[in-house]
Amino acid sequence: MNSNQNTLFQGDQMKEAFKQSFIKLNPRILFRNPVMFTVEIGTAVMLIVSIYSFANKGQGSFAYNFTVFIVLFLTVLFANFAEAIAEARGKAQAESLRKTREETPARLLVNGKEQMVMSSQLKKGDVFICETGDNIPTDGEIIEGIATIDESAITGESAPVIRESGGDKSSVTGGTKVLSDKIKVMVTTQPGESFLDKMIALVEGASRQKTPNEIALTILLSGFTLIFVIVCVTLKPFGDYANTPITIAAFISLFVCLIPTTIGGLLSAIGIAGMDRALRANVITKSGKAVETAGDLDTLLLDKTGTITIGNRKATNFYPATGITRENFVAACVLSSLADETPEGKSIVELAHEDKTMPKVAAPQDSVFIKFTAETRSSGLDTPEGLRIRKGAFDSIRNIALKAGHPFPTEVEDNVKKISSNGGTPLVVSQNEQIMGVIELQDIIKPGIAERFERLRKMGVKTVMVTGDNPLTAKFIAEKAGVDDFIAEAKPEDKMNYIKKEQQGGKLVAMMGDGTNDAPALAQADVGVAMNSGTQAAKEAGNMVDLDNDPTKLIEIVEIGKQLLMTRGTLTTFSIANDVAKYFAIVPALFMVSIPSLKALNIMDLHSPESAILSAVIFNAIIIPMLIPLALRGVEYKPIGASALLRRNLLIYGLGGVLIPFIGIKLIDLAVGVFL
Amino acid sequence: MNTEISGVIFTYLLTLALAIPLGRHIARVFKGEKNWLDFMAPLERFIFRFSGIDTKKEMSWKQHLFALLTINSVWLIYAFVCLMAQGHLPLNPDANPGQSPDTAFNTAISFLVNCNLQHYSGESGATYFTQHFVFMFLHFVSAATGIAALIVVFRAMKDKITDKLGNFWDYFVKSITRILLPISFVIAVIFAFNGMTTSYAGKDTFISMQGDTVHVSRGPVAALVAIKHLGTNGGGWFGANSAHPIENPNYLTNTTELVAQCLIPIALVFALGFYLNKKKFSYVIFGVMTIGMLLFMIPTINAELNGNPAIAHMGVSQTTGAMEGKEVRFGPANSAYWSVMTTIISTGSVNSMHDSAMPMSGTMMLMGMMVNCFYGGCGVGILNFYIFIIIAVFISGLMVGRTPEFFGRKIEAREMKIASIIALLHPFIILVGAAISSYVIVHMPGADWAVKPSAWLNNPGNHGFAEMLYEYTSSAANNGSGFEGLGDGNIFWNVTTGIVMVLGRFLPIIGPLAIAGLLANKKFIPASAGTLKSDTSTFGIMIFAVIMIIAALSFFPALALGPIAEHFSLK
Repeated sequence: MNSNQNTLFQGDQMKEAFKQSFIKLNPRILFRNPVMFTVEIGTAVMLIVSIYSFANKGQGSFAYNFTVFIVLFLTVLFANFAEAIAEARGKAQAESLRKTREETPARLLVNGKEQMVMSSQLKKGDVFICETGDNIPTDGEIIEGIATIDESAITGESAPVIRESGGDKSSVTGGTKVLSDKIKVMVTTQPGESFLDKMIALVEGASRQKTPNEIALTILLSGFTLIFVIVCVTLKPFGDYANTPITIAAFISLFVCLIPTTIGGLLSAIGIAGMDRALRANVITKSGKAVETAGDLDTLLLDKTGTITIGNRKATNFYPATGITRENFVAACVLSSLADETPEGKSIVELAHEDKTMPKVAAPQDSVFIKFTAETRSSGLDTPEGLRIRKGAFDSIRNIALKAGHPFPTEVEDNVKKISSNGGTPLVVSQNEQIMGVIELQDIIKPGIAERFERLRKMGVKTVMVTGDNPLTAKFIAEKAGVDDFIAEAKPEDKMNYIKKEQQGGKLVAMMGDGTNDAPALAQADVGVAMNSGTQAAKEAGNMVDLDNDPTKLIEIVEIGKQLLMTRGTLTTFSIANDVAKYFAIVPALFMVSIPSLKALNIMDLHSPESAILSAVIFNAIIIPMLIPLALRGVEYKPIGASALLRRNLLIYGLGGVLIPFIGIKLIDLAVGVFL
Repeated sequence: MNTEISGVIFTYLLTLALAIPLGRHIARVFKGEKNWLDFMAPLERFIFRFSGIDTKKEMSWKQHLFALLTINSVWLIYAFVCLMAQGHLPLNPDANPGQSPDTAFNTAISFLVNCNLQHYSGESGATYFTQHFVFMFLHFVSAATGIAALIVVFRAMKDKITDKLGNFWDYFVKSITRILLPISFVIAVIFAFNGMTTSYAGKDTFISMQGDTVHVSRGPVAALVAIKHLGTNGGGWFGANSAHPIENPNYLTNTTELVAQCLIPIALVFALGFYLNKKKFSYVIFGVMTIGMLLFMIPTINAELNGNPAIAHMGVSQTTGAMEGKEVRFGPANSAYWSVMTTIISTGSVNSMHDSAMPMSGTMMLMGMMVNCFYGGCGVGILNFYIFIIIAVFISGLMVGRTPEFFGRKIEAREMKIASIIALLHPFIILVGAAISSYVIVHMPGADWAVKPSAWLNNPGNHGFAEMLYEYTSSAANNGSGFEGLGDGNIFWNVTTGIVMVLGRFLPIIGPLAIAGLLANKKFIPASAGTLKSDTSTFGIMIFAVIMIIAALSFFPALALGPIAEHFSLK
């Protein structure tokens, strides 16, 4: 999926948005937006006035009134269009994802027998089978088997991935393709209730809830609207007192120009665009609130592996204990790792094979492999000859040796410390409970990650590395990568405790996870991003799903959240700052005839009262479509510190908001003046 | 430099020099730290024991409001009854009659709410009893009410989550015993030795050189004038207020009155810094307020010193500036300084007639009251400012991409609702008031009322409109000064301004208290690099912009029809 190059406006989206702008004129829909709703009322009044002025002269010429009506009508239409185009874009984005899951045949298992049905008939709890070459019909969880899967339709990543039952990578997504092997999959969602379906519904507006921050802003904007209701209504008796007749057109124009129509018209478009930007980053959000919260995050919990370091640790050195030959030690290492499918285990075998002088070792027949468990924190094998080789964390192997009455050699301990303090991971190997030596594993930190953390720090976001490593190793990597804190020797509940601790301190915490044991922490976190490859439980618990399974995605999500709030704030400022110039256009126009001294306020030297009022409303209308691109793209976030950012935005949108309409209104007046 | 101007600058610097240590003292008093007025403790203990108050019992913001509003209602009834009955009460050597119900209604409210609109004249409309036990009493308690309410907000801004915001009675009583009473005492002594009367005797008489018998009202003026300024009340003993030679005999008393009225509002800004240990924040607030003050002050002094072009056209020399309505002993620069200070600070006392000031000055005075928080009234100035801070925090928080927070507390829908209503209230009551009176004048000029609406205005046109606008602005801002020339001593004005005064006083106290109380109950979020700091000059600019935009945008058309039109018509 390569949608990031999408241009802002596409033909079919424009057409749909155009249609929607008229449908949204329905007052019952528009009522949700108090600012634009009042403009619609004003428009309706102007229509009546236009008709009235056709026969009567009291309210100005028909042409003038009708022009005002048209401009106001356009204002509402433009605002509707902004919302509609944002919706159309979001929908198109979601649809392109949904297209990948068109009707495909599914091999449903009923009482152990295969039955061909269409994917849309699959219900939650159904079990289907997929084999090499099959398209996976819908989202589900593997309950049996292992397979390589091509997920490029969703992630754009061409390298196949392995999905298997039981582990944390048991989820499959509809529309992806099985490349090898056979899996049994249980359907996890009802038709029409997948995350994508929910997201589309969110964008479409029917189920779109205003976010808390959007509500607060709407209240403020309604407050401003009410102030200007008061200003305009009281102007009538003031005008009467001053013997200044004010036409209805002038009243309504003044009112519409003063209320914050610019932000009022763009507000919902900004919110939708935020979710849309998240979707473009291949993140499905379950609510608009989650995107907003992302901008406020204080703490990010990041797994070390895959996020901070490239993939996995690699063996880099063998350090045999005194009295143990290098050959014997390496042989023991290889034996202990032969059945170890972890990347670390494989890297040990690779390193041993690099040294051609070493004899090849193979595990004797009937050897018993001991799997790694969290309790023993070691693995290895027992041969039929009675050889017991163990490889594991320093303290667990030391316990084994000490229990059997063997000493732990000091030079091995020194090596362990040396490796740890260099950021490596020591793996101690024992044979028949006797210490053989240490293997050094090293992490490789991703290039550029330190700069990204620096950027986060400037945003005020604290990064926390979560790792199973011992504290010494963790500290070394943490310092090298530039994270602010780390959780070493982390167990799943440690993440949870850390999140709770941070939250008690008033902070907002985000984490990313994929495993079922991550689910409670994902639910506890303010923003929980589940990887799409993760288990269903993890995806249910979090409030976002990352289709790319990219752990650094959190950084992008934070910026998207910040952009969303900033766009709202700057456009509010711009909208209100505009009022200064509009006043200088309309107020002299209202009073110039009856109180000539107020001509002095006509600092823009506008052509006539009518052209001044028309110019102001026209400016007010066309600024909305002109700002749609900004609303959709979002204001650029720069991590330069809050005060500097405020200064920058105040200068651009505050001062700019005061000055631009002076220029705009004057230019429009020059054009309008030609016709009057 | 011109001695008039240096006198003004000296007065301001003297105010600052006194306000900073006073701010520190106020912070100590309310933090419960040792201070040089600890000898008042036995008196306070006696008051608390006598009233059965346990000052250790801390109150929530709602309990504070309940206490504040209850005691204020009691005072309102008390004042209303006394004013009606003053003719039958003692200490009435001049045998002045009781006030009519509508005047008593207006007067009682106006003193209760620290406004002091005074639709009566002190010489004939009040007695020594009501001057003392109603006006002077309310001068003290209304100022103390404002200070106590502000201290509740200070307390709520501390960074722990709490529902317990101290004891209202404790704050209230200490505002009087440790701040208002001792300072008033010193000021009153200065006044007494400079020619203000302190006698309880009735009117004095003398025969003028023309042979007329002249009655001169007097009374124990010095004591009242001290708290009248210190408490930013402004309700004078005499109708002419501080332009009256007995109420403001010389330049020294004039300077003392000027310093006294600005003292507590400025000191409270510094007290905020000392109390919360956020000095930088208080400097930002002080900076914003001072720039605002200068913005109104400089054009006013300039306009008054340059004189009236219309008079210049008549060939009259105006070397001393625009002297109409001014006291020769104070001069135009000092009078302009007083006019701006008294309007931004909500005192509302006058030493010149605002109605006669240049239209530019009138615009500035009106703007001062429309903003009503550049220093502002005793306690309430910062409460008004607080609302603008909340709005500024909200908008600027969004502008930096973070849910807005103020001192570690998130500002959400509920707070915004309250802030919007309070920000809305001021334009609402002023504009609606002025609209009603305009309507009445245009559509029912001959109504058979005590005073016909057509006879309300001494000046037609823009100036007449400015008079009405001024009256409601002054009432809403609880200022109390007047563009005289408006016939406001009748039922229509007494009732409408009375309602405006009550709304303009209590809602702007309830709003900030509620917001502060709600915020104090929220989770405290420690600051990070992404948090917008509220103690920077950038944020100061933001607050300033919010204040000016809200005030300017809501009142621009009204001002254009009043003093601005008048200004441009002066040729």
